[in-house]
Amino acid sequence: MTPIIEAHGVTKRFGEVQALAGLDLVAESGQVTALLGPNGAGKTTFVSAVATLLRPDSGELRVDGIDVAAEPRRVRQIIGLAGQYASVEPAMTGKENLEFVARLFGLGRRSARVAAAQVLEQIGLVDAADRLVRTYSGGMRRRLDLGASLVGRPRLLLLDEPTTGLDPRSRRELWDAIRNLVADGVDVLLTTQYLEEADQLARRVVIVDHGRVIDAGTPDELKDRAGRDVIEVRPRAAGDLPAVEEVLAMVAAETPSADMDTQRVTAPIAGDGAEDLTTVVRLLDERGIALDDIGLRRPSLDEVFLNLTGQPLSTTGAGPDSDRVPARGADAA
Amino acid sequence: MTTITTSPVTTAGDRGTRAAHGPGAGFLTATAQTARRTILQYARTPQLLVLPTIMGALFLFIFRYIFGGAINTSSVDYVDFLVPGFLVTVVLWTGMNAPAGVAEDANTGVHDRLRSLPIPRAAVVTGRSLADSALVAWVLVVTALLGYAVGFNTHADFGSVVLAFAVMLAADYAFTWVFISLGLAAGNAQAAQGMSSILVVPFTFLSGAYVPVHSMPGWMQPFAKNQPVSVIINAVRSLMLGGSDAAGVGHSTTYWVLLSLAWCVGILAVFATISVARFSRTR
Repeated sequence: MTPIIEAHGVTKRFGEVQALAGLDLVAESGQVTALLGPNGAGKTTFVSAVATLLRPDSGELRVDGIDVAAEPRRVRQIIGLAGQYASVEPAMTGKENLEFVARLFGLGRRSARVAAAQVLEQIGLVDAADRLVRTYSGGMRRRLDLGASLVGRPRLLLLDEPTTGLDPRSRRELWDAIRNLVADGVDVLLTTQYLEEADQLARRVVIVDHGRVIDAGTPDELKDRAGRDVIEVRPRAAGDLPAVEEVLAMVAAETPSADMDTQRVTAPIAGDGAEDLTTVVRLLDERGIALDDIGLRRPSLDEVFLNLTGQPLSTTGAGPDSDRVPARGADAA
Repeated sequence: MTTITTSPVTTAGDRGTRAAHGPGAGFLTATAQTARRTILQYARTPQLLVLPTIMGALFLFIFRYIFGGAINTSSVDYVDFLVPGFLVTVVLWTGMNAPAGVAEDANTGVHDRLRSLPIPRAAVVTGRSLADSALVAWVLVVTALLGYAVGFNTHADFGSVVLAFAVMLAADYAFTWVFISLGLAAGNAQAAQGMSSILVVPFTFLSGAYVPVHSMPGWMQPFAKNQPVSVIINAVRSLMLGGSDAAGVGHSTTYWVLLSLAWCVGILAVFATISVARFSRTR
């Protein structure tokens, strides 16, 4: 089966900023693919390239086998785009907004009405269909925006940070709406800064940073691969910190790191967690080091990202604005 | 919904028909749809429709009753001198609100969505131009009626007055494209507003709209006499006051009308090209 998206060595530069630095990605049909990365990683740039909004400087990009550079209009016929904003018209009703987009997809008046009614049901806005969008809540607008990208019955749905700025309840509602689509057989490429979102929605997560793919796989594979279990030790005496480091270094996969502020030493381990923990406890005991605390814990998804990229995945204050201002949707920050 | 079987929209999950869905709207449908969207926006957002109308009325009263007494227009009553020129400047004063709307569409992802649809991209800006110029035409009509209410009298036959309005509509459509290209270039609504003020203030005040050009300092007169807004004002004034002599501008009415239309065509050609190219480009 033709992959829905196939990208090879895609690059794009905005002035000084290398937004895409040779991005390779193959998204198979029949699943949700999540592009996960911090602000400025190149996610929006890539989505814009797939949506025919910008032309890569080099590389090859195909959507459902169609060369995006050569036949953008054919690509536009099979995609639906929902950007970082709810780009719906506040002075029109929900229904009018959907019919507007349906007409632009070339549907006749009657078919547009039918398509709009179907989508309203799908996104759970039937009751609000005849209200002006300016009376909608933020979550309802985002759902309508999702609907607008659906009304043309796309084969590939592009969702650029669909839940940024939404409260937890609206976010869950939008997740449900997206899951329903997937059940209907639409392929989805979504970008997100939220690991939880990728975990919830996507079968395949592609981690992007500095315009490149760093790792890809199912959420579990990524956790297994990049996020090793961590042993954390807090000695009673601060003076024992170096000795603890020494012990942890014997079992750890990487050099342990000591945090002087919290007086903790942590180290990701390579082997079996319980066995390594027992070893550490025994070795510390032999050396007569008194402990306040010792534990073994699973890595958080944030640590997965940290391990892969060397920087934390910031989810605070990361509104769409911070992503868009520098290059107007270019995600070039 | 599932009972409707003649619809090209099929049940969800049918991948076979998904591929063969909407081929995309043609130029005319896409233009009409995008024009309709902006017109609904104006019609349902009172401040967008009413504020420019009130502003026009306010300035008309200010010039007619406050400044008018101090301005000497020897051959005609000031109100008859003022209204034709004022109407032409209404085109710019009202039009200058448009760039903010265009910039907002660019910033809120509306343009991105429209660019991602299988439609001719030129249709989106063309639709916008029709809606924006319709708004200006509306304010123009209201202001003209107010002009008559405050004592304006045309001194010409009906045909000339109709032609005067036709010239103003031509100017309206041409300048709409200037404002659209400003909106596309501005980046955000506030910058768009600022840029259009910088354009509108000199072109309306350094013209023969409110005062006779010969009352301005000598160094200012060449610009004030020959810039396009003044040329259009001369045409409209000549048509409404019954000849270029009555309007006190020399040449003939035909000269001013043709020169106005030439300016309109030129402005339209340049700025429509810029706007369409700017909107359609794939970065």
